[in-house]
Amino acid sequence: MRQNRKAFAAALAVAALTLSACGSGSADGVKVADKPSFEAGTTMATISAAGKMKVGTKFDQPGFGLKGLDGKLAGFDVEVAKIIAGALGIKAENIEWTESPSKLREELIEKGTVDMVAATYTINDKRKERITFAGPYYVAGQQLMVKSANTKITGPADLKANPDQKVCSVTGSTPAEQIKPFLADPNQLVLFDVYDKCANSLRTDQVQVVTTDNVILLGFVSKSDKAFKLVGEQFTKEPYGIGIKKGDVKFCEFINKTLKDNEAAYTKAWADTAGKVEGAAPATLPEPAPCS
Amino acid sequence: MDAITQNLDLFWSGFLRSLTICLWGAVGSLILGTIIATCRVAPVAPLRTFGTAWVTVIRNCPLTVVLVMFAFGLPEIGINADFYTFGLAGLIIYTSAFVCEGLRAGINSVSAGQAEAARAIGLTFTQSLTQIVLPQAFRTSIPPVGSVIIAMIKNSAVVGAFGVGRDLFSVGESLTSAQGYAALPVLTGVAIGYLMMTLPAGLGLGALERRVAIAR
Amino acid sequence: MSTPSVLYDAPGPRARRRAAVGGAIATLVVVILIGVAVKRFADQGQFAGQLWGPILNPLDPDFNAVWKLIGRGVLATLTAAVLAIAFSLLIGGAVGVARMMLGRRSRIPIVGLIELLRGLPVVITIYFASRVLPELGVDLTGMPGGSGLWFLVIGLTAYNCVIIAEIIRAGVASLPGGQREAALAIGLTPGATMRLVLLPQAVRVMLPALISQLVVILKDTSLAAVLGLYTELLRQGNLIALNLHNPIQILSVVGVIFILINYNLSRLATWVDQRSVRKVAPKPTEAIPAEVV
Repeated sequence: MRQNRKAFAAALAVAALTLSACGSGSADGVKVADKPSFEAGTTMATISAAGKMKVGTKFDQPGFGLKGLDGKLAGFDVEVAKIIAGALGIKAENIEWTESPSKLREELIEKGTVDMVAATYTINDKRKERITFAGPYYVAGQQLMVKSANTKITGPADLKANPDQKVCSVTGSTPAEQIKPFLADPNQLVLFDVYDKCANSLRTDQVQVVTTDNVILLGFVSKSDKAFKLVGEQFTKEPYGIGIKKGDVKFCEFINKTLKDNEAAYTKAWADTAGKVEGAAPATLPEPAPCS
Repeated sequence: MDAITQNLDLFWSGFLRSLTICLWGAVGSLILGTIIATCRVAPVAPLRTFGTAWVTVIRNCPLTVVLVMFAFGLPEIGINADFYTFGLAGLIIYTSAFVCEGLRAGINSVSAGQAEAARAIGLTFTQSLTQIVLPQAFRTSIPPVGSVIIAMIKNSAVVGAFGVGRDLFSVGESLTSAQGYAALPVLTGVAIGYLMMTLPAGLGLGALERRVAIAR
Repeated sequence: MSTPSVLYDAPGPRARRRAAVGGAIATLVVVILIGVAVKRFADQGQFAGQLWGPILNPLDPDFNAVWKLIGRGVLATLTAAVLAIAFSLLIGGAVGVARMMLGRRSRIPIVGLIELLRGLPVVITIYFASRVLPELGVDLTGMPGGSGLWFLVIGLTAYNCVIIAEIIRAGVASLPGGQREAALAIGLTPGATMRLVLLPQAVRVMLPALISQLVVILKDTSLAAVLGLYTELLRQGNLIALNLHNPIQILSVVGVIFILINYNLSRLATWVDQRSVRKVAPKPTEAIPAEVV
C-alpha cells in the first residue's frame, strides 16, 4: 500500500510538482501575502478574514483544470486562482475548489457558492448581463485540428467545400457556436461534453476536424505523437476572464492589479501547465478591460 | 414564451429528428427483439444461452453505457459509421432486450393446454404455432411491448448526447446552455414535444389493447 | 428451460440430432464473431498493458487510486439511487393512495399529473430540475452532497414517484375484492381499510416490482453523467479516462459493475417474487407491471 502510494506519487511528480510546492507556501513563485489589510466591507476583506476561499474551476479540462487520480487539481486556471488567493493571504490548501461546468458557472457566482470562477471562461456580453469579469488573463483563439495526413482542410474556409469532413466540438461551448457559419450544413457538426472525446473520435476517424481554442488543441497535438496537427489561423479571439459577482468593481480591480503585480508567477504558471506543450507561445498578460 | 416562438423552426426540426429516431428505433427494436425472443425460446440450447446472455447483459446495463460503447468502442476496433447510425443502433439494441422479454411473456402466457389441444385435433407444428399459439401470444404481448416502445421514445432523448445531436432535447440544451435563454420556457417546449409523442402513443396503445383484448 | 414449452414437444431423436447440429453451428458463429472482435481489439493495441494495467495489475502505480475512485463512483451512484427510491416511495405512496381514495372527479388532477410525468424522459426531468429550480430561486447548494446530487434525486423522484404510485395502485387492485369488502363490513373506515388491510398485503405483492424499479433508477443515475451534474460511476469513469487515456478499458469496467449490481438486484426481485407467491395464498390475479426500461 505505502510503496504503491510512493510509486504513484513519483509517477505524477511532473504534474504534481507545482501543487506540492504550493502547499509549502511560496516556493514556486506564488506569493502568499502575510496578513494583508483591506478596506472594510469589501469582498477581499471578507475572504481574507475567513482565511479560505471558494473557487470554481473545471475538473475535466486538461491544461486548465483537471482533477488528477489523487484528487489534486492541476492547470493554468488553477494556478491563476492560486495567485489571486495568495494576494488575499490564503494558502493554496485553504482554497475550496468547486467543479463549475460551463452550464453552471453564472449560477454558482450568482448564488455565492463560489467567490470566483476561473474556468476557461470566455468574456462575452451575454454573460456580462449576469456577472462581472475581471481580466482578461489570457486571450485564446479558435483554431482547427486535423490528422497530420489530412490535406483537404487548411483552414475554416475549406469546411464548406468538404461537407464530408465532420467537425467536433463541445456542447454549449462558444467555439461550437462560432464554427457554425463555416459549415456546409448542420450535420457536419458533432458535439460532445468534453474535448477529449473529440480528440478520441479524431484518432479513430469518426470525425475529421476538432475545433476549439488553440491552447487546448495544442495539448492534444503534443500528446498525439505527431498524429494531429493544427491548420489555419486563429479565427476568433477568446478572452478568458475571471467571473465574480455582478458589480463587484473593487474585487475586479483587485484581481487585475494582483495579476499585474505577479507577472512572473503568472508567466511561470502558464509555462508549467497549458504552456508546457510543444508549440505553445509564452503567455503575456493582456491589458485588463475596465471593470464594471 | 419568446424563447419558443423565436426558435419555433429549431424546435420543429428537433421534434422531427427525434420522431425519425423513434420510428426507426421502433421498427429496428421490434425486429431485433423478435429475433432475440425466437432465440430465447428456440429448441436449440446454444441459441437459448445466447438469447439469455443478450437479455441479461443489456437489460442490466444503462443505456448511456451502451451508447458510449457504440460511439467510442466500435471505432476503436476499426468499425466506423455515422454517429447517428451508432446512436440508433445503440437505442435499438438496448430496446431489443426489453421487446424480447415482452414477447416472451406473451408466449409464456399461452397455456400448454392450447398447444396440446391443437396437436390433439391433428394440427401440425407449423399450424399450431401460427394459428393457435402465436396469435394469442402476440395479443398478450401488446401491452408490455407497447410500454417498451413508449419507454424507447423517452430514452431517445439521451441519444443526442452521443454525437447525434439536433434532436429535441439537444435543441433545448443548446438554447439554454449556449445561447442563454431562460430554462423554464425552453424546457417546457421540449417537454411538450416529447408529450406530443408519448401521449398519442399511449392512447393508441390503449385503444389497441382494448381491441385485441381476449377474455381468458 | 426447465418447464415444457408451449411451442414444441419434448424432442425426439431426429429433432435432438437437428438441434445438436443447429446448436453447433450457432455456437461456432458466436465464437467466430467473438474471435473477430478480440482480434480487432488486439490489432488496435487495446490489450496493451499500459491501458489495462491501472485496472488489473495491483502493482501498477495507479491501481489503488483508480479503484478508490471507482469505489467512490459506485458509492455516489448508490447514494443517489437510494435517496431517489426513498423519496419516490414516500411521495409515490401518497400520490397512489390519494388517487385510490379520491372520488372520480377529484382525482382528475392527480391522474393528469401522473400521465404528464410518465410521458416525460427522465433526462428531461433531471435537466429541468437542474436548470429551472435555480431560476425559480430554489437554492440547493448548501445541501449535503452538493446541488448536483439533489438535482439528480429530484429529477429521478419526479419521474419514479408516479411509476411507484401506479405500482401501488396495481398492487392494491390485484388483491381479491373481498378483502376490502370484509374490512368495510366490520366497520373500518375507508382510510383504515387502506392502511390496515389493503396496503400491507399489497406491499408484499409489489415488492418485486419495487426492486425492479430500483434497477431502473440505478441505471438512470448515469444520466447525470450526460448532463455533467454529479460525479457518479459513469462520470467518475470518464474522469479517470481523462487522466489515463483508456476510455474503453475504464468504461468496460463501469459497464460490468452496473451489470453485476443490477443483475443481482434482478435476481433478488425474482427470489422475492417466488417467495411471496408461495406465502400469500391467493396468487395475485395479475402480475404487477413494472416499468422495465
